[in-house]
Amino acid sequence: MRTKIVLLAAALAATHGLASFAAVGIPGEWQHWQAEVEINNLASRQRGARNFVAYCSGCHSVKYLRYSRLAKDLDISTEQLEQFLLPPGAKASDYMTTSMPAADAATWFGIAPPDLSLITRSKGADHVYRFMKTFYVDPSTPSGVNNLALEGTAMPHVLASLQGLQTAVFRNEEHRGEGGKPVTVKAWEKFQLDVPGTLSEAEYDLFVGDLINFLQYAGEPAQVTRQKLGVWVVLFLLVFTSLAYFLKREYWRDVR
Amino acid sequence: MATVVDPAKPKAKGLMGWIDERLPVSDFVRDHLTGYYAPKNFNFWYYFGSLALVVFVLQIFTGIFLTMHYKPSELAAFDSVEYIMREVEYGWLIRYMHSTGASAFFIMVYLHMTRAFLYGSYKRPRELLWLIGMLIYVALMAEAFMGYVLPWGNMSFWGAQVIVNLFGTIPVVGPGLVEWIRGDFGIADATLNRFFSFHVIAIPFALAMLIVLHLAALHTTGSNNPDGIEIKKNKDKNGIPVDGIPFHPYYTVKDIVGVGVFLTLFAIVVFFVPTLGGLFLEPPNFEPANALSTPLHIAPVWYFTAFYAILRAVPDQQFGALLMALAVVAFFFMPWLDRAKNNSMRYRGMVSKAHLGMFFITFIVLSYLGLQPAEGIYVLLARIFTALCFAYFLLLPFISKADGNGPVPERVTYHAH
Amino acid sequence: MSEYAAHPPVGEEPEIDLTRRKYLTVATSAVGAVGVGFMLTPFLASWKPSERARAAGAPAVVDVSKMEAGQMITANWRKQPIYIVRRTPEMLAMLPKHDAELKDPTSTDSVQPEYAGNVNRSRRDDLLVLVGICTHLGCLPKQHFAAADPQLGADWPGGFFCVCHGSKFDMSGRVFKGSPASVNLVVPPYSFEDDNTLVIGTDDAGAAKGVA
Repeated sequence: MRTKIVLLAAALAATHGLASFAAVGIPGEWQHWQAEVEINNLASRQRGARNFVAYCSGCHSVKYLRYSRLAKDLDISTEQLEQFLLPPGAKASDYMTTSMPAADAATWFGIAPPDLSLITRSKGADHVYRFMKTFYVDPSTPSGVNNLALEGTAMPHVLASLQGLQTAVFRNEEHRGEGGKPVTVKAWEKFQLDVPGTLSEAEYDLFVGDLINFLQYAGEPAQVTRQKLGVWVVLFLLVFTSLAYFLKREYWRDVR
Repeated sequence: MATVVDPAKPKAKGLMGWIDERLPVSDFVRDHLTGYYAPKNFNFWYYFGSLALVVFVLQIFTGIFLTMHYKPSELAAFDSVEYIMREVEYGWLIRYMHSTGASAFFIMVYLHMTRAFLYGSYKRPRELLWLIGMLIYVALMAEAFMGYVLPWGNMSFWGAQVIVNLFGTIPVVGPGLVEWIRGDFGIADATLNRFFSFHVIAIPFALAMLIVLHLAALHTTGSNNPDGIEIKKNKDKNGIPVDGIPFHPYYTVKDIVGVGVFLTLFAIVVFFVPTLGGLFLEPPNFEPANALSTPLHIAPVWYFTAFYAILRAVPDQQFGALLMALAVVAFFFMPWLDRAKNNSMRYRGMVSKAHLGMFFITFIVLSYLGLQPAEGIYVLLARIFTALCFAYFLLLPFISKADGNGPVPERVTYHAH
Repeated sequence: MSEYAAHPPVGEEPEIDLTRRKYLTVATSAVGAVGVGFMLTPFLASWKPSERARAAGAPAVVDVSKMEAGQMITANWRKQPIYIVRRTPEMLAMLPKHDAELKDPTSTDSVQPEYAGNVNRSRRDDLLVLVGICTHLGCLPKQHFAAADPQLGADWPGGFFCVCHGSKFDMSGRVFKGSPASVNLVVPPYSFEDDNTLVIGTDDAGAAKGVA
């Protein structure tokens, strides 16, 4: 049943044409890449949390999430929490803030790295996936890389050691512009891996998937509980409705 | 009024009798439930009035509990909503019920209004009933808009910006008025606080009073029905309409089934797809309000988009706002625009049916267009359907007069199950 | 049963199965009532202390190394004042001597962890840890540690006095007869991480470390 509901929602979302999720930037196949979100995959969420703390939390906070809540929801023991996730000096009841002062960050990057508590809710998991996958070498930027999903991003390619460094291959496409005049549009064709990273492409995909599952969880920690409880509520309501229906039929036998 | 207990009616004994001498509880129950005779041929469309009431109660109830945790301040509002979603026990459930309830309220009200269009329920003698209903609709729009601002997400902020600026199109006083509504030089803390006050006190109170008036007017004229004929014209020797049945128990048990079906669908949304793909909760609203960054694509929530499409269809700012306002006002005039002899569409000609069908399609298409970016083919379509929308109201007097006078049956159509 | 059902306006008298009707009415009402109960649960639960409140109510750590004999400090745990007193040997010596004047000398009816059920009402003899809230109506008892305090009379052995309604407690928080309060001051759960570090709010400082 859940699959059906999800499909229904997807259909609605598609007809709605979520413009805020709509792809922008240099056109290409990458705009159709989709994240495979598995919110019930506990192991993936655990790996995602660990990787997030290892690679992302230096700059990005998840300021609405407490370590203790994370540990409880993701089945992480106190020892594991202290060993892998808690920064030195932090208490379990602390929120996942970053140690980097926002003002310094703004000076270093030109913009403070955003809080990621709700990133999958505001931008969508697919956007995060595309962003993590489409860093490419661009010597014209201060960080030396650019990104297809977020052009001109101030973020350096933090995961370059894992993914490797890739260059983007573009081609020119002829389009009919306004008034039928031909317009040349720059389009993305493919990536070329120049410097391989420590992970294969499939492994990197899994790595990004874990991160997204963690962020998806962080966006709404109650969602697993929500769906579990929902099954019971709907079943209960179906029982009630059937009883009420029989009651109605019984009374309405009077009416003729 | 002097004798509380009507001697003609049976008197209750014991505690109930004691109460009845001081407060007419039994009389009230008789007048509005067990002794209120409603036509027996209500169909599917007659569920939505009671369901709208159920949603209203649900919104009040969840709203009371949200208010206990929410903080109406520029600095704390967004955080307090996330606090509700994460740290308050079952806060997420209460919040999703409230946000889904807002959309559910409009769905119920739109279906309830559709019924009125289908069976001419606004026509004489129910004009006042319709006007009160329209006031409820307008109050609901204000309630929903101000409630949408409270989470203080980026869409809240820019939605408030756009809607409040609409008042700026009013000649002469406009700019001053906008500043006065905002209480600041932009959408700010002052705006949030006054919207909060309106959303949790003033408008719910007005809505409750209007709903009481709506029901009082309904019980004065009696309910219309799918055949659009007056059941009061056919009474038995006891003065009871032969086609009427007491509201209680027959329609209470029937409405409970409706409530069960509604709550099941409602729960499916709340528990499995609370954002409904961005239709009920929009993605940009998960970003805090930011006066320096407009979301890529601004659209109100779906229930406003038909009117929003009309606003955007017009290339002139003032004329656009005026047309949008007119589209709402036009509904108020339905009792006088519809000049048919018969109430129900069942006993009107094909032209009338097609005319109304086209209007329903127009409203749905406009609602869809309002969600799309204002570019390319969408602009042209919005203009065409805006014209069609007004054509409905302008042509109605002529079509209804010419095409709504066929023969009607003496008794309502009803087949016992 | 409505009048209408008994006298249908048209058609022949229908056969009405009242048993079935009654049965269905009861069943629907019962399930509906259970549903209302379920529905109320989240609303009532939302009044419980939130995760934020619980996090703020995490065990409080107090350094007692600087405390001198006879000194009292006040800590804060779960928005309650916690009195911490380092008692002198003289104070401790007084404690067993006035059982007859106490309402609950053995603390049988009072609230304290098991390890504080002794005459000293403490884990470590010298260190007294109490919730500083009068068990009568919630005022803060004041310290009157000196014996024969002029305000409280010559036979005052030293202890706490609540000015709101006049409740008197001894140096282990036990209530004296004649006080409006009926039970001793509450001892919160606490433990020692080491000799000088008191942790209020948990019976076992080691296990509780790092947990909210």
